[in-house]
Amino acid sequence: MTSDPVETQLTVHDPDGPVVAPGHSYESITEKIGAIVITLRTPRHWWIGAGIAFLVVNMLMTAIAWLFWRGVGIWGVNVPIAWGFAIVNFVWWIGIGHAGTLISAILLLLKQDWRTSINRFAEAMTLFAVACAGMFPVLHLGRPQVFFWLFPYPNTMGLWPQPRSPLLWDVFAVSTYGTVSLIFWYIGLIPDVASLRDRAPQMWKKRVFGILALGWRGSARHWFRYEIAYLLLAGLATPLVVSVHTVVSFDFAVSMVPGWHTTIFPPYFVAGAIYSGFAMTLTLAIPLRKFYHLEDFITMRHLQNMGKVMLATGMIVAYGYSMEAFFAYYSSDKFELFMFKNRTTGPYGPFYGLLILFNILIPQLLWSKRVRSSIPALFIMSLVVNTGMWLERFVIVITSLHRDFMPSAWGMYYPTKWDIMTYIGTLGFFSFAFYLFVRLLPAISMFEMRDLIDKKAGKQVVH
Amino acid sequence: MAVYGLMAEFEEPGALLHAAERAYASGYRKLDAYSPMPIHGLAEAIGFTRTAVSPIVLVGGILGCISGFTLCWWMAAVAYPHVVAGRPFNSWPMWIPITFELTVLFASLTSLLAMLGLNRLPQPYHPVFNVPAFARASTDRFFLCIEAVDPVFDAEGTWKFLETLNPTSVAEVEP
Repeated sequence: MTSDPVETQLTVHDPDGPVVAPGHSYESITEKIGAIVITLRTPRHWWIGAGIAFLVVNMLMTAIAWLFWRGVGIWGVNVPIAWGFAIVNFVWWIGIGHAGTLISAILLLLKQDWRTSINRFAEAMTLFAVACAGMFPVLHLGRPQVFFWLFPYPNTMGLWPQPRSPLLWDVFAVSTYGTVSLIFWYIGLIPDVASLRDRAPQMWKKRVFGILALGWRGSARHWFRYEIAYLLLAGLATPLVVSVHTVVSFDFAVSMVPGWHTTIFPPYFVAGAIYSGFAMTLTLAIPLRKFYHLEDFITMRHLQNMGKVMLATGMIVAYGYSMEAFFAYYSSDKFELFMFKNRTTGPYGPFYGLLILFNILIPQLLWSKRVRSSIPALFIMSLVVNTGMWLERFVIVITSLHRDFMPSAWGMYYPTKWDIMTYIGTLGFFSFAFYLFVRLLPAISMFEMRDLIDKKAGKQVVH
Repeated sequence: MAVYGLMAEFEEPGALLHAAERAYASGYRKLDAYSPMPIHGLAEAIGFTRTAVSPIVLVGGILGCISGFTLCWWMAAVAYPHVVAGRPFNSWPMWIPITFELTVLFASLTSLLAMLGLNRLPQPYHPVFNVPAFARASTDRFFLCIEAVDPVFDAEGTWKFLETLNPTSVAEVEP
């Protein structure tokens, strides 16, 4: 079915290799992706990986249970550093989520066909990252049992949230982002679970997927409306994803704290979010393609492109760092100048050094095509950038707070074991959720892959 | 009525598109085409060119926009007014982020509901699934179904017409 025209077209247009290996048909794509969910036995590496992740989830539960029992005093937070690990992790996780929406929405609007095989699991990554992110502000509340006070609702106290505060904007931005990501992900899944319904060998699986598929039958009228709705959602998600990290950066930028009060924050937070998000997508894509033998669909082209996006967004982040330094110098404000000196050479100075090394210096290796075509190098690079971006959030939150205006109000922040357990615990939660997703739902969008090989083969006129 | 319709099976999207165009040209109007992925021009080929999804989403977005702004104004200026940094109660530039988020939220929810609602989904039962070969409609086969309610439909004539389209097979669809 996909004979010569595919190969010639791919080699002509794609100097870095094909977005889908040649020789695939509708059937082989559906079989290869669907079999992971409906027919193959759960592989041993899944049990080992998911088992370890599940243990880590239990550690998270322990840390949260103890937190609920004793209160935030078990954490390292204090005055003046009231934000600590919780907000560092919140900002880090929400940033990671951004790549999923970028891949599924923005690259769709830009007609980048290499997004097709990575958008589904990148969207799942977004959902789980937003879930991890959403935990932290609630755990940090002090009285998490009344978290619903964050939302506006008529209550007997006669109180309403303060809409002038970026913290309330955050509530709306993050909950909207979570909901819209879920809708986008589910709409994309409907035709695929319909495929699984029709292919599943056991009746109970047919029933479960049948319920999820809502009776989808691939009617031309349905596809017509479906494509319009999908495109509209992409158009809505595109400004949304930019707004979310902008609003998160307002949490800092709207305050008067030296090191936070800068106008560069929104664009540089968004770039950093996409940077860390692509790093996490690579961290997940490389083992996924290896363990499930998906090299035909997640090709070197995808890995290289993600490397390039990382390089580009990393440069924007580097620009953000240099502008922060320049603003401090150009403002001649003594608090700003001291903040920058303290950030680079103060007690947390080594973290700043590591951050520059991880986020700016090492990723410059991505200019080399040899590095971009080496899977181990890309995998290590993705871990380096993930760590670097976490350090960035740490440096922004902690070093700005710990020495602000009056030396008498200065302090130091040291995370406790509960802080670390909660952080590692969310990594476990994220991995466990991802393991479940890969096992229970198609990790690559099957209908979009069918459409892609069709377009590549020139069977359809591409409008 | 004895049957829901007659269904022809094709192996290629191009063949289905061609068949759909021929069927429409032959006067059939109550027909539908089924494919495992969207095929450009297929809906138009069976005479389906307009849908209300976009205007409904626009209305959803406008409602979200109004709700967001009204909510902020009402909370800060009516229900719980207090002075923050000497700003007016209705300090509207601060309402923009929430207004924007609710616009996107309402519009997104509307696009999901509009798509499902206009498509009459969820639908627990549909006759096309009675054709055994239709199981492959979500993998690698393409189907054209002419429904018995079509005024031009005639069990024998329509069967013969479908045969002329070079299908892999033709089948009756139980109601």
